[in-house]
Amino acid sequence: MELTAESIVFLIMSAITLGGGLLVVSARNLFHAGLYLMVSLLGVAGLFVLLSAPFLAGVQVVVYIGAIAILIILAIMLTPSVTQLPAIFNRQWAFNLALAAFFFVLLVSVVSPIMGELGVDAWNADFTQKNPADVPADSIVNLGKDLVDPDKYMLPFEVASVLLMAALIGAVLLVSPDKAKADEGGED
Amino acid sequence: MVPLWMYLVVAAALFSTGLFGVLARRNAIAILMSIELMLNAVNINLVAFWRYNTPLDLSGQAFAVFVFVVAAAEVAVGLALIISIYRKRQSVIAEDVNMLKW
Amino acid sequence: MTGLLQDIGFSRDLAVLIAKAAGVIVVAVFGLLWTLLGIWLERKWAARFQDRVGPNRVGPFGLIQTVADTVKILLKEDIMNKGVDRWVFNLAPILAVLAVTLIWAVVPFSAAWIGTDLNIGVFYLLAVGALGTVAVIMAGWSSNNKYALLSAYRAVAQLVSYEVPMVLALLVPVLLSGSMSTQEIVRQQHIWYVFAAPLTVLLFLISGQAEIGRGPFDLLEAESELVSGFHIEYSGMKFGMFYVAEFLHAFTVGVLTAILFLGGWRGPFAEDVAILGFFYLMIKSLFAYWVLVWVRMTLPRVRIDHLLDFNWKFLVPVGLANLLIVALVWKAIPGTDQISSFGDAVVPTLALLLVNVAMFLVIGALLADRGRRERARIEARVAGADLPVETVAGAGD
Repeated sequence: MELTAESIVFLIMSAITLGGGLLVVSARNLFHAGLYLMVSLLGVAGLFVLLSAPFLAGVQVVVYIGAIAILIILAIMLTPSVTQLPAIFNRQWAFNLALAAFFFVLLVSVVSPIMGELGVDAWNADFTQKNPADVPADSIVNLGKDLVDPDKYMLPFEVASVLLMAALIGAVLLVSPDKAKADEGGED
Repeated sequence: MVPLWMYLVVAAALFSTGLFGVLARRNAIAILMSIELMLNAVNINLVAFWRYNTPLDLSGQAFAVFVFVVAAAEVAVGLALIISIYRKRQSVIAEDVNMLKW
Repeated sequence: MTGLLQDIGFSRDLAVLIAKAAGVIVVAVFGLLWTLLGIWLERKWAARFQDRVGPNRVGPFGLIQTVADTVKILLKEDIMNKGVDRWVFNLAPILAVLAVTLIWAVVPFSAAWIGTDLNIGVFYLLAVGALGTVAVIMAGWSSNNKYALLSAYRAVAQLVSYEVPMVLALLVPVLLSGSMSTQEIVRQQHIWYVFAAPLTVLLFLISGQAEIGRGPFDLLEAESELVSGFHIEYSGMKFGMFYVAEFLHAFTVGVLTAILFLGGWRGPFAEDVAILGFFYLMIKSLFAYWVLVWVRMTLPRVRIDHLLDFNWKFLVPVGLANLLIVALVWKAIPGTDQISSFGDAVVPTLALLLVNVAMFLVIGALLADRGRRERARIEARVAGADLPVETVAGAGD
């Protein structure tokens, strides 16, 4: 890979994403893990910009960093006594690590050209493509139109709004203080 | 541009990291964060495939948007569950919530 | 500038990079220098609202008071408490300033001057605004202080909640102009959007005031409850950075109001003379900012549950209804998708103005009715149960 400006940015963003991700799962202090999660999500937003999807990058920052990660951090702050545990991993962590590593090797062997170079014919050469067609300038406008187009994504769009509404009501019901008070002592 | 498989490798690495976190972390909130990492890996894949294979058809981006919605809903309900469990049992360790386990 | 650099012998990529970097530095330095003057201006205004004189000793009219304060703050001891989370603690003020200066990248100073004309400009504003919340949470948590932590809780509740009506308000100019680019929104305002959508301006100003944590919504740093909130443990220049970030954020809300609703750099001859456009933008921003300071200095602080009630039970429904009605009316008027001159804009603007007046009347009637019922309820309770007054006074819901 020749070092163009784009590939350098790609490498930096990947490093941020993966480094943040690794720190999220390994950080002992949960609050730090939440901050690393934000770093990792910011790296993903950078990757979206590189993939010429600036709108998704914006959504990533607003929804993930601005709402989801902040909510997670709020939950971490609301459960203060457990930010530091004696052991952060459970007893099967070594097996799980091996499993995740195996899964990673499996995925890499499918998507990277290593298999192709090793002589496996069935490997999909599409993955090495470098020069896709340009994204039309009005792709954001078209995305907006597609989302409410009855022939395309209107039904999923509406279902998504129903899902959000259900999640909203469910979350409020789950943590509503009156219910908790009524159930006090009981085990549900 | 960077070849497509590099994006896929990054996404695979992120997904595996998240997978390890989900399987190995004890804290329920940490598990939730790892799930977020996995969802993000999926999103990278969706957008990368959209960019390289079908830049004219916006299905990849639309799916990514739906993943955002699902992630938001998941976090809202997941955190509400964790908080309500914490209220009842003073613990957010996933192993402590084992009443339905045998 | 890119051409000049290429002539000297830089490669094209490098020349573009240097030119962009220079632009970034100019915009950021302008923002920070403006703070020096802006803080003086705000203190003068605040003093007038409170029947004082304000800074008047250092320099003519106290003009260089801020410089003196900066020197003082730089010389102060940099205190770091025990139990402080070092990295997070030091990073928070930097992030706070960064989040605000990043906004200036998409501010169209005049027809030609803009940091970068993103086609998701308005969305970018929201995204960057979210980083400011992170800075407050980081500061509050890392300080190892109960008051700071309480302030961080409040920050989450307040800033995240008020982002909702803010988005709903921001969507209206996007809808009217058909674009998310800040420059395009300014270009489309043949008649300022404040006439087409006065209710939206009000929503934007209220939620903006809450987002910057000022005025009646300064619960993040309520002196009488939290001493000084999330920056209680900060001293020296780190505190100074929070101060700068807060001021700059407040002024930026004024700039955004000017861009989105008051026509930005538009004015006589602004198309041709760039500096004139910049001048107009500053005048309009200062006016919007003055309104914010006015509200801040006039209204007493609200209680935290009232604050959230006000947002979720009043601002969000009003914002949603406003957005839906404006969208419907805008769609119903023919020709609104190709407005290119003052004449084209007159009829739709008048129609929207009428609709807005109707909405104001309806909301006013609803509020008056509710207030009347509330008063009757409280009077009945006082008269019936003969309760002591203080148990009744807080019954806001």
